[in-house]
Amino acid sequence: MDALSDGGSLPRALFGPGSSSFADFLSANHPDLLPGRRLEMPPGMTPTVEAPHGTTIVAVAHAGGVVVAGDRRATMGNIIAQRDIEKVFQADEFSAVGIAGTAGIAVELVRLFQVELEHYEKIEGTTLSLEGKANRLSLLIRNNLAMAMQGLAVVPLFAGYDLEADDPAKAGRIFSYDVTGGRYEEHSFHSVGSGSVFARGALKKLYRDDFTEADAILATIHALYDAADDDSATGGPDLTRRIYPVIASVTVEGFRRLANDEVEERTQHVVNERMTSPGGPQAPLN
Amino acid sequence: MSMPFGYVSPEQVMKDRADYARKGIARGRAVLVMTYENGILFVAENPSRALHKISEIYDRIGFAAVGKYNEFENLRQAGVRMADLRGYSYDRTDVTGRMLANTYAQILGTIFTTESKPYEVEITVAEVGESPDGDQLYRLTYDGSVADEEGFVVMGGNADTISTSLQEGHNHTLDAGAAMRLAVRALSAGGTNGEERSLTANQLEVATLDRTRPRRKFRRLPVQQLEQLLS
Repeated sequence: MDALSDGGSLPRALFGPGSSSFADFLSANHPDLLPGRRLEMPPGMTPTVEAPHGTTIVAVAHAGGVVVAGDRRATMGNIIAQRDIEKVFQADEFSAVGIAGTAGIAVELVRLFQVELEHYEKIEGTTLSLEGKANRLSLLIRNNLAMAMQGLAVVPLFAGYDLEADDPAKAGRIFSYDVTGGRYEEHSFHSVGSGSVFARGALKKLYRDDFTEADAILATIHALYDAADDDSATGGPDLTRRIYPVIASVTVEGFRRLANDEVEERTQHVVNERMTSPGGPQAPLN
Repeated sequence: MSMPFGYVSPEQVMKDRADYARKGIARGRAVLVMTYENGILFVAENPSRALHKISEIYDRIGFAAVGKYNEFENLRQAGVRMADLRGYSYDRTDVTGRMLANTYAQILGTIFTTESKPYEVEITVAEVGESPDGDQLYRLTYDGSVADEEGFVVMGGNADTISTSLQEGHNHTLDAGAAMRLAVRALSAGGTNGEERSLTANQLEVATLDRTRPRRKFRRLPVQQLEQLLS
C-alpha cells in the first residue's frame, strides 16, 4: 500500500492491523502529541516555572457502586490559580477518574485516557474490563515518569463499576496510583492530593459498610470539607460564588455527574451542620 | 508505430477493474442507511452478531459497508484512528463526516488506480446534525467517487429493487418504528431473483445515530427492541 504514503492525504500508519490502543498509535506515529513529551526538558534541568496544582480527590464505595468527588481549587505556590477548576471526569460509561498534581498535564492525560478507552471500544467492538482500564491508566502514568521526576507529577484516582464482579455489592472499585505507575486497589474509600491526609482521616471515622449512594455522597462532602479545613491548597465550598465540589457517581446504570443544584443542597446541609459542630459529625467512642 | 505485444488500453484496464469490483459488491447482502425523525437509521441484512457491517466512527458519525470484510474493516479502523487523532489534537467538534468522506475518497481512488486489484467495497459515511437539515449521507464507491445523497442510500446486492421500494414510503419525518418497518419491507423485496422474503429481527443488524442522545449518538439496537419496533 505504498501509494498511500505519497499521494493520499492519509498516512499509511492509519492502515493495517495495528494496535487497538490509541496511546500506542500516538507514540508510534505522533509522539509529540503525548502529554509528557510536549514539555520534556534536558536531563539535569529543573523546571523554573510554577504550574498550577490540583489538590484533593476522594472516592467512596458503597453497595450500589462508587462516588468520586473533588474540590475546586488549583494552587500555584501560595496563589490560588483557579477557584473553579474541575478535577473529576467521566472516563467512560462505567468509570470516573479524579486527578491531583500538575493540572496542565493531568487534564491532558485524562483526555488521552478517555480517548484510549473509547478507541479500544470502537476498534474492538467491546469494552475493556475494569482491571484492563486501570492497567491502561497505569501505563499512561508511567510514560509521564520523566516529568514526574522534574516535579510535574500527576496522581490520579480511578474508580468504576465492575460489570463482571461476582458480588454486585462489591462492584464499586477504587484504584490509586503512584508517580511510577504503580497501581493499587483500595478498599471502601481512598483519597489523593495535598488534603488527602485529612480527608482520609475523616472518611476513616465516617465510613460504614452499609452506605447507600446518598450516604457516600454526604461522606465525600464531609471529607472534602475537613480537607479544606486543614489544608490551605484545598478549597472549601464557596457559598457566595456557588462553587461546590464536583461529584460523580458510578452505578450499574452508568456514570452520572451530580447537577450543581443537587450538590448545593447537600453541601448546604453539611455547612449548616458545621455551624453547631465545626468538626463535623461525632463518632461514638465505643 | 506498432503496439507492443500485450498492450491493453487504459480504458479497458479501468473498465475491467470496475467490473471486477462491481461483481464482488453485488454478491453481498444489502445495507441501507436512511434518515428518520431523530437522525439516521442503519439496517443491514447480517446474521452475524460479531462481524459488523455497521459501526461507530465518532460522536456523530457512523459507517456502513458492503463487500469484502477485510477490506472495509481496514477502512473502518483507519477512519476510527483518523477521527480519534483529529478529535484529540484539535477538538471533538472538528471531526466531520465530510472530512472522513474526503479521505476515504482519496484512499479508494488511489487504490483503484495504483494497486493490482481495487477494493471490492462500497461504503456510506453518515453524520447526524443538530436538526434534520444537518443530516448528511456520503456514498463512496470502489473507485473513490463520492456522492452526497439525500434521504437514503442502498448498497450491495439488489440495491435497485430495494431503492425503488424505499423510494415510495420514505421521508425524514418517519418515527423509528415506521422507518424500521419500511426498511425491513424494502430489504425483504430484495431477495434473489426479486422474490419476496420475510426477514426476522435475528437476521438484521440495526443501529441509529440519534440526535436526542448525549455526546455519542451511535447506538446498536438489541434484538428484543427490534422485535418490538417491527411488530
